[in-house]
Amino acid sequence: MFTVADWATAVSVVVAVLVVVSFYVSWRASRLDRMHTRVETASAALDAALLRRGAAVLELASRSELEPASAILLADAAAQARRASNGDGDGERELAESNLSRALREVVDQPGFHEAVSAGADGDELLVEVGAVAKQVHLARRFYNDAVARTREARASRLVRVLRLAGHARLPEFFDMDDEPPRFARLT
Amino acid sequence: MRVGLVCPYTWDVPGGVQQHVADLAEALMELGHEVSVLAPCDDESDLPPHVVSAGGAVPVPYNGSVARLAFGFRPAARVRRWIREGDFDLLHVHEPTAPSLSLLACWVATGHIVATFHTSNPRSRAMAVSAAVLRVALEKINGRIAVSEAARKTLVEHLGGDAVLIPNGVAVSRFEQCEPLDGWPGDGGAIGFLGRVDEPRKGLGVLLDAFGELGEERPGLRLLVAGPGDSDEVLQRVPEGLRDRVVLLGRVDDADKVRAYHSVDVFCAPNLGGESFGIVLTEAMSAGSAVLASDIPAFRHVLREGAAGELFPVGDAEALARGAAELLDSPERRRALSAAARKEVRAYDWRTVAVDVVRVYETVLLAGNDRSVAVAQRVRE
Repeated sequence: MFTVADWATAVSVVVAVLVVVSFYVSWRASRLDRMHTRVETASAALDAALLRRGAAVLELASRSELEPASAILLADAAAQARRASNGDGDGERELAESNLSRALREVVDQPGFHEAVSAGADGDELLVEVGAVAKQVHLARRFYNDAVARTREARASRLVRVLRLAGHARLPEFFDMDDEPPRFARLT
Repeated sequence: MRVGLVCPYTWDVPGGVQQHVADLAEALMELGHEVSVLAPCDDESDLPPHVVSAGGAVPVPYNGSVARLAFGFRPAARVRRWIREGDFDLLHVHEPTAPSLSLLACWVATGHIVATFHTSNPRSRAMAVSAAVLRVALEKINGRIAVSEAARKTLVEHLGGDAVLIPNGVAVSRFEQCEPLDGWPGDGGAIGFLGRVDEPRKGLGVLLDAFGELGEERPGLRLLVAGPGDSDEVLQRVPEGLRDRVVLLGRVDDADKVRAYHSVDVFCAPNLGGESFGIVLTEAMSAGSAVLASDIPAFRHVLREGAAGELFPVGDAEALARGAAELLDSPERRRALSAAARKEVRAYDWRTVAVDVVRVYETVLLAGNDRSVAVAQRVRE
């Protein structure tokens, strides 16, 4: 028959196991929480980089040294990208930002473009700025997708799904876009 | 901005990662940033002012050899103190997959962290074994940099995610000016080679075959070979009458390496393949050497399709001899190549590469400046 001492041992073992399990689960939950924070941070950085690039391209488009067709192409692409940044997703922003990358490459890498813009006041500074922000978008997107990949991986684990450790946090989405900077920026 | 760099390997021992961190620190300071480097040091007496010692490193078996690493609670406490006193905007850890200081820094720090991955060994057993632990430990990193495509692949295979590619820089200024070795290059002309002499892929054999041909025609021509390896084997391949004109320096220190580049008329890189970047070429170009290199993709790229140095078909000793003869006979051509090399190598200069690294810092900091680097609250002393 079970004695009181046996019961006490059994209960303390169960309690000990419960304590260990709950520590483990809470560690997993806090880990997931940290990953979500990282995704948010990276997403804020990507957002800021995209907005900066849009602003720099708009400034470039407003230069009087540009011929009007290039100016319109740049301004249109930048405006579309800005409008899409307030949208509700569905890949609209990814498409608009990709189009901006393409338009920027086509316009900036055409022969004679550099010389023309350099001739204007602070033209060189503006070109450096455009190159820098284009590269920054490329970096920020890598870092964001890196964070998303790891978070999605963690959320796919059985423990996380069964115990719903992710809570109400939305499953982060990859940001797919053409972020290839203009050629001149790649060489500097 | 205030940047804290963490190096996992002993500062006193020469190595690729240590060199990278030292050069990066200098380039960042030249750009006007404040830098502090934390590294294990056995000898703390002779450190530059921006390097902080984390104490000595302990030799332990790791990854198939004995490595000198810093681990345990004392180095961890040093990392904490360094972070607290440093008040950094951003932490940049190097090779955090090694069980040493960088990994500890990831463990104790909060805030913006950038990491650079150097290892390029897709079948790294150490990384395969520790992948699960590393995934968790490295989760705090906001931006990951790989120094080569191979390093990026290694990282992605073992740890998932992605990284941006920023290659190693070359400290161009260290190679620019130097006195040649005594008596070099000499009136008869000189050809140079640098690398392991007994590693077939470095292609010294091709150069020796070519020298056998060239040496007969040009009585004063000499060959300068710098690099470790068995020298007897090398001389075996050269016709007996020419052996006294092949000078083997053996392993050279950094200062003599620079002098060697300045001691020859033509610098030859006859590699048969397997080079992913061509660090030797960028060094020779920094020294303003007239370069003659085999036409492998990495060299073709670094030499700008031949504009900054001549290319010859891989493994073709006759073509090498022809190319070398042309260069030896034409000082103007050598001068033109030297000027082009000095110009093109600037793209690989640390001053340029550091700008790319700073761009990564700025991107990571874009998320908001409110979180500077601190010690994690959970960990108490």
